[in-house]
Amino acid sequence: MTAIVAHAVPVRWWRSRAVYRFMRHHLALVGIAMITLLVLACAIGPYALPYDSLHIDLRARFAPPLTGQHYFGTDPLGRDLAVRLLMAGRVSLLVGFSAMLLSTLIGTLVGVTAGYRGGWVGAALMRMVDGFLSYPSIFLVLALAATLRPSPVMITVIIAVTSWMETARIVEAEVRSLREREFVQAARMVGLRGGHIMFREVLPNAMGPIIVAASLAVARAILLEAYISFLGYGIQPPLPSWGNMLNGAQQYLASAPWLAIIPGAAITIAVTSFNFIGDGLRDALDVRNDNI
Amino acid sequence: MVTRMSGFLLNRLSQSIVLLVIVSIIGFTVLNLMPGGPLAQFGLDPGMTQKDVERLATQLGLNRPLWLQYLDWAWRLLQGDWGHSFRDGSSVLAVIGRHLLATLLLMGTSTALAIAAGTWIGIRGATHRYSLFDYCATIGAMVALSVPTFWFGLIGIYIFTLKLGWVPAGNMYTIGDGSVLDYLHHLILPSLVLSLVHVAVWSRYMRTATLDALSQDFVKTARAKGVSERRILLKHVVGNALLPMITLAGMQLPSILTGALVTETVFTWPGMGRLFLDSLGYSDYPVVMGLLIFSAVLVVLGNLIADIVIATVDPRIRLG
Repeated sequence: MTAIVAHAVPVRWWRSRAVYRFMRHHLALVGIAMITLLVLACAIGPYALPYDSLHIDLRARFAPPLTGQHYFGTDPLGRDLAVRLLMAGRVSLLVGFSAMLLSTLIGTLVGVTAGYRGGWVGAALMRMVDGFLSYPSIFLVLALAATLRPSPVMITVIIAVTSWMETARIVEAEVRSLREREFVQAARMVGLRGGHIMFREVLPNAMGPIIVAASLAVARAILLEAYISFLGYGIQPPLPSWGNMLNGAQQYLASAPWLAIIPGAAITIAVTSFNFIGDGLRDALDVRNDNI
Repeated sequence: MVTRMSGFLLNRLSQSIVLLVIVSIIGFTVLNLMPGGPLAQFGLDPGMTQKDVERLATQLGLNRPLWLQYLDWAWRLLQGDWGHSFRDGSSVLAVIGRHLLATLLLMGTSTALAIAAGTWIGIRGATHRYSLFDYCATIGAMVALSVPTFWFGLIGIYIFTLKLGWVPAGNMYTIGDGSVLDYLHHLILPSLVLSLVHVAVWSRYMRTATLDALSQDFVKTARAKGVSERRILLKHVVGNALLPMITLAGMQLPSILTGALVTETVFTWPGMGRLFLDSLGYSDYPVVMGLLIFSAVLVVLGNLIADIVIATVDPRIRLG
């Protein structure tokens, strides 16, 4: 049975109007370019640099940027900051991306179920969303991270478990309006099961808002990881992440400001890029502009 | 009219109560996820054997079904019995109370700053749409939303404390001074840092709301009557655009609290966020749990108050 889709993905999607609109969104293209560069640098960079991210050289402590081959200087243990930054990027980007996938999955499942079923199931699910949203995210994340074992996988799960609500809200609203459309009624009349209608008929038509929410969720997840790692409850050293590189930076702010400036700049660049991309996708996919 | 209003209030109030129940269930779940659950405090005590802990568990009713335990726990919360701090034995609510004012001071100041700056930027962006100013404000807002608050704080300390020496690097007052001016001096940098993200959010919303209001019929009518643009903006547009901002202020509360926690850490500001982190460090779970629940209750109440205020100011909400 082929799905009845109101405005399905065209066969040659790369020629669609959405792609055209996205390509005209300069900021989004800047975002794509910066992320590509960052990912490439984190993937290849560590092999090109002459240092190991864990190599301690106490003679070269606190070397300022551009000392010899230490392009970004060294940290209090004499480890090369550039290679640590790139290795940390791998961790931070991976955690951010995985957390986004998981939170989008949870949010979509909850949103589609709540929106399609409606009634008391929908109401109960959406009240749960409200309940989670009442907690300032960092309080919840820190309380969980401090008590559960803070492995990178656990941090990813904790971030996802505390940030699926926005997606759920967006999907629920979208599905609730799609539910009344003719193609859904037609599918019901044909006698398709609820699950099939939810995920094969309704969900493909709600992809636009989901994709936009997902791109913003990466930005959010990277920031959240940075916050909790900065506070010492996220990714644990010696595994570097952008957040935990900043963890000890405050006490050396006067003598070695680069320790604070450089990792923070990396976070800002990554997060800004994902926000730019999200903005471009929103314009391209014509998603309502009510969430910032 | 009056009945409409009280009907609206009753409806909103019952929604908030339902929400508080859900919030408490989530909190209870987190409490039980903690190592050792509610008895974690005794696990650390070398004077207590495993057997003692088990006896205590029976005594405190921790072997009962979870829903019974929840009801008991929630009932004690309602009575104001939030447990006692491991650190000094004082009641959790008293500990939170000692730190509440500092956080509210920081949040209040930075919200006021954010509203002032965000409103101005948003209105200017809407009236000078697609100008260089609007373009810079749009990009600036997106970058501001992406800057980690603690990093902005560190950069602020580096420039304004270490390089220029204009403001102190942290704390709420100088010991031995404590005049109003001294408080203000310490307040400037943290509240600026905390307000950055919210200036971005407010200016984006304000821009949209102003554009919305500008396209309304009453603006056309006012223009047709020959009212000056300035007067239209001040009398007709800004008022209408600011109304939804009351709701936004309520919605922003969780993110302001999150920002406050980080800002307080960087600036050693003796508020709730700082207390939360210290308590985590000492494994002072009653205070951690208390703050967790307290922050959520604060958010629910904040939203309720925002709704009541907007319903009082704007009759369309309660009548429509």
